[in-house]
Order: sequence, then structure tokens, then C-alpha cells
Amino acid sequence: MTPAPLVLAVTDLRKQYGDTVAVGGVSFSVGPNEIVGLLGPNGAGKTTTINMILGVLAPDAGSVFIDGIDLAAHRSRALERTNFAAVYSPLPGNLTVTQNLHFFGRIYGVKRLATRVEQLLEQFDLQRFRDTKCGVLSSGEQTRVSLAKAVINLPQLLLLDEPTASLDPATARDIRSSIRDFTARGSGGVLWTSHNMYEVEEVCDRVLFLSRGRILLEGDPRRLPAQHGKASLEELFIAVAREPLALETAG
Amino acid sequence: MSPARTVAIALRQFYLLRGSPARVLPLFAWVTIDILLWGFITRYLSTVTTPGSSFVPALLGAVLLWDFLVRVMHGVTTAFLEDVWSRNFLNIFATPLSLPEYIGGLVLTGAATSAFGLLAMLILATAVFGLHFFAYGLLLIPFLLLLFLFGIALGIVGSGIVLRLGPAAEWFIWPLPALLSPFACVFYPLSTLPRWMQYVSRAIPPSYVFEAMRGIAIGRPAGDAATFGMLLAGSALALLYIVLAGWFFSRVYRHAVRTGLIPRYSAESVS
Repeated sequence: MTPAPLVLAVTDLRKQYGDTVAVGGVSFSVGPNEIVGLLGPNGAGKTTTINMILGVLAPDAGSVFIDGIDLAAHRSRALERTNFAAVYSPLPGNLTVTQNLHFFGRIYGVKRLATRVEQLLEQFDLQRFRDTKCGVLSSGEQTRVSLAKAVINLPQLLLLDEPTASLDPATARDIRSSIRDFTARGSGGVLWTSHNMYEVEEVCDRVLFLSRGRILLEGDPRRLPAQHGKASLEELFIAVAREPLALETAG
Repeated sequence: MSPARTVAIALRQFYLLRGSPARVLPLFAWVTIDILLWGFITRYLSTVTTPGSSFVPALLGAVLLWDFLVRVMHGVTTAFLEDVWSRNFLNIFATPLSLPEYIGGLVLTGAATSAFGLLAMLILATAVFGLHFFAYGLLLIPFLLLLFLFGIALGIVGSGIVLRLGPAAEWFIWPLPALLSPFACVFYPLSTLPRWMQYVSRAIPPSYVFEAMRGIAIGRPAGDAATFGMLLAGSALALLYIVLAGWFFSRVYRHAVRTGLIPRYSAESVS
């Protein structure tokens, strides 16, 4: 039996602005049903990496394959299989929740769109906001709409950039549960960035620590701290942020 | 290319128009004011000049056609600016939507919104000022089509300028039609202009439409060789400008993807 293709394969991805190396030749993958955490301090290159995977930033070198499709050669086909939600990119505030979902559903070519939108309104507890303009929703409600849009096409690759940053703990837990269900039901994978290490430990199957545009560490978030002599993932994160060279040498 | 994605861009504009009188009103308001203003001017001029001379087809018809071009351009740029105003670039360009599909959606939106404006102008100019717009016969179709194509080209270029220079460049693109209007020969024959201006006029399609239209208004047969030649030259130029505008926007977009402008645009850090 042929193994399912990786939902994301990134090879030697590189981006440089003048003399500043934003991403310095990173390679990693996300497998089916896998949630991979992309961690690192501010400016480590996480969002730059995500932007290159989303096709809105051209890499200087390297390749991105989504579900086996080369993003550079077949952009539309590759992006049909992906979707994203980012805390810094809310959906248009001048459209209602339903209008936004219908608009993006059409762009992603979702079949039986009306039924799919109703499912998402129920799944993300958005029924009462269906005709409310997104701009007047609370930040937590807006995040739920963004997540509904992010799974509207049942993507093979779901990119989540700090998806729970503005949510209260109860809602954040529900969202984490929804994302876990998403990977358990289909064959999709998730690339997840977060600064909440407890969340990462709970959700992610594997984490990548990024610092100064390079992957320093990779492994199981529940075992990685002990492997590097740290008590918790948060301590390890702080060490990566403050002493990346020491960890690089140790790794 | 997916027509469904192109239609989705136009549908988004329909959603916005449906819920916003502030967006609907400009489709009719400015063209209505223009037709009223020029309608009364032509009516007055007709009373103080030689009996029998009519300014209605020459001036009011010209105003109507020029306003149509402006509405087409604004229709395209406004649809694009909706993505600027709502900081939607990252959401929209990180989808399977291709550039031709996106531009196609802007064009479709421009066509639909300008059709409303054209209808309003036709009703007003015909009912109140007695403009017999269909006196131009079948030539009306190439007139409108040629201006439509040039309006689309202007709209795409304007959108490209905003994408390249940032949201503040919006105020640079609104007056683009006004900048071109002296060269478009909307109200006067091309021969009125100094020679250097005539060269510029000959390089833009609207001047051919207005020259042809004036010829018909003063009694030249609609299907004569001169009119046909003008429309042929104007059409060739309009198609050339469409191609150039598409190339320009595509270059600006590629630059934006190379430099990271699109994700930063949503953070309002471009300009």
C-alpha cells in the first residue's frame, strides 16, 4: 500500500531582506493527521515561513509541496488544499458572518456551500451572529469566524498562526478540541504557531523550535524539555529565545 | 481559470452594496448632478446661439459618455479598494484565486456598477433634456465598448498604483480621469489643441470616440470611412491599454509577493 503523501513538505526554504536573513534554509514536513507546532520568539521567522507556504511571499530559494503539489508550479491547485487563520488577519468587518463564509467558500470552490456554512455556524457556535457584521463581533467571536473560514474547504493543510491568542480559556479549549477533531476525522494536518506552551504541549504531536530563521530543535513537546535539561516547554522556549547558540551547539 | 471565483469577487461587491446606502448613492448621485448641470448649460447655450443649432447631442452626449468611462474606472478601483479598506489582502491572496480571476472579478464589478450609472444618465438625459442617444445608431455600441475598455484599463492601472504605493495613493488615482480629460477632447475638437497635446490625444482611445461622435452630431454620415477609421484606431489602442494595464498590475503584484508587501499591507505598514 502506498503511504499517504505528506500534507506539507518544505525543503531548504530561504528568505532574505537585504542583509537580514528572515528564514535561512528550513526544511520540515507535516504528515496526515499530525499537528506540528512551529515555535519561536518574535522575529524568529515563523510568520515569514507561513507566508511563503501560503504563496503570498516568494522564497529566495527552496520548495513547498502541499499534499504532493508544488506550490511554485501549481499555485491554485496547491492552495485549494490549504487554508489558514491568523490573529493578525481578521475577515472583512464590513461583511456579515454568513456573507464572509459564502464568499470564501466560493473562492475555495466548496461543494454544497449552503449546507457547509450551516454546519460551520453550528460547529463554531455562530448561529446567533449569522447576520452580524464581523467588524462588530468581539475578538474571540471574530477568531471563531476566522477558524470557521479556515476549515470551510476541509483543507489537507491547515495553517494556524496563534489561533487562540484572543480567546478566553474555555473557548480556547473548545477550539483546540475542534482542531484535534479536524485532524482525527480526515487526513489533514495542521501547522500551528502559539506562544502558549501549555496549549502546544496539549495539542501538538511534534514541535519545531525556530530561532533567527533556522530550526534549532525538533521533537515531541512532552519529551523535548527533559532531553535538553529543562523542566518545562516554557523554560525550553525561553532558553531558545535567549541562548539559541548554546542550544544549537548542544543539538 | 474558474468563473465561479471571478463571480465571487462581484458577489462580494453585491453584498456590500446591498447593505450600504453610502456605496449605492455614488453610483447615481454624481452622474445625475453632472447630467443636470450640463443639461441646463446646453439648454442655455441653445437659446443664445444661432437658431437651429443644438448642443444637446454634442455636449450632453459627450458628458454622458465621459461619465460612463469614469464610472467604469471607479467601479474597478472601488472593488479593489474594498480589499484595501478591509485589510483583506492576506485573506484573499492566500486563496486559490489567480490574478486573472481576481482582475476578472474587478472588471465584472465595474461593468455591473457602471451599467446602473449609465441607465440613470440615459433616463435623465432623455426624459428631461431630450437627448436622442440612439441617434448615433449602432455606433453607440462601439462607442460604449471602447470607453468601457479604456475605463477598465484605467481602473486596473489605478489599482496597481495603490497596491504598489500603499493605501494613501488612493487620493492619487481618483483624479486620473480629470487629468486625462483635457486630452480626451470631450467638449472640443482635437484641432483646438496645441500640437503637442494633439499627440497625447491621439494616443488615448476616448479622443477617437468623441471626435467620431461630434462628427455625427454635426451631420456626418454615421457609417463613413472617417468614423470607421477612428473607431478602428481607438479600439486597437483600447485593447493595447488593456494588455498594458494587465501587465502593469501583474508586475506590481509579483513585486508585492517578492518583497512581502501583501502580508504587510494587512498590517498597514506599507506607506
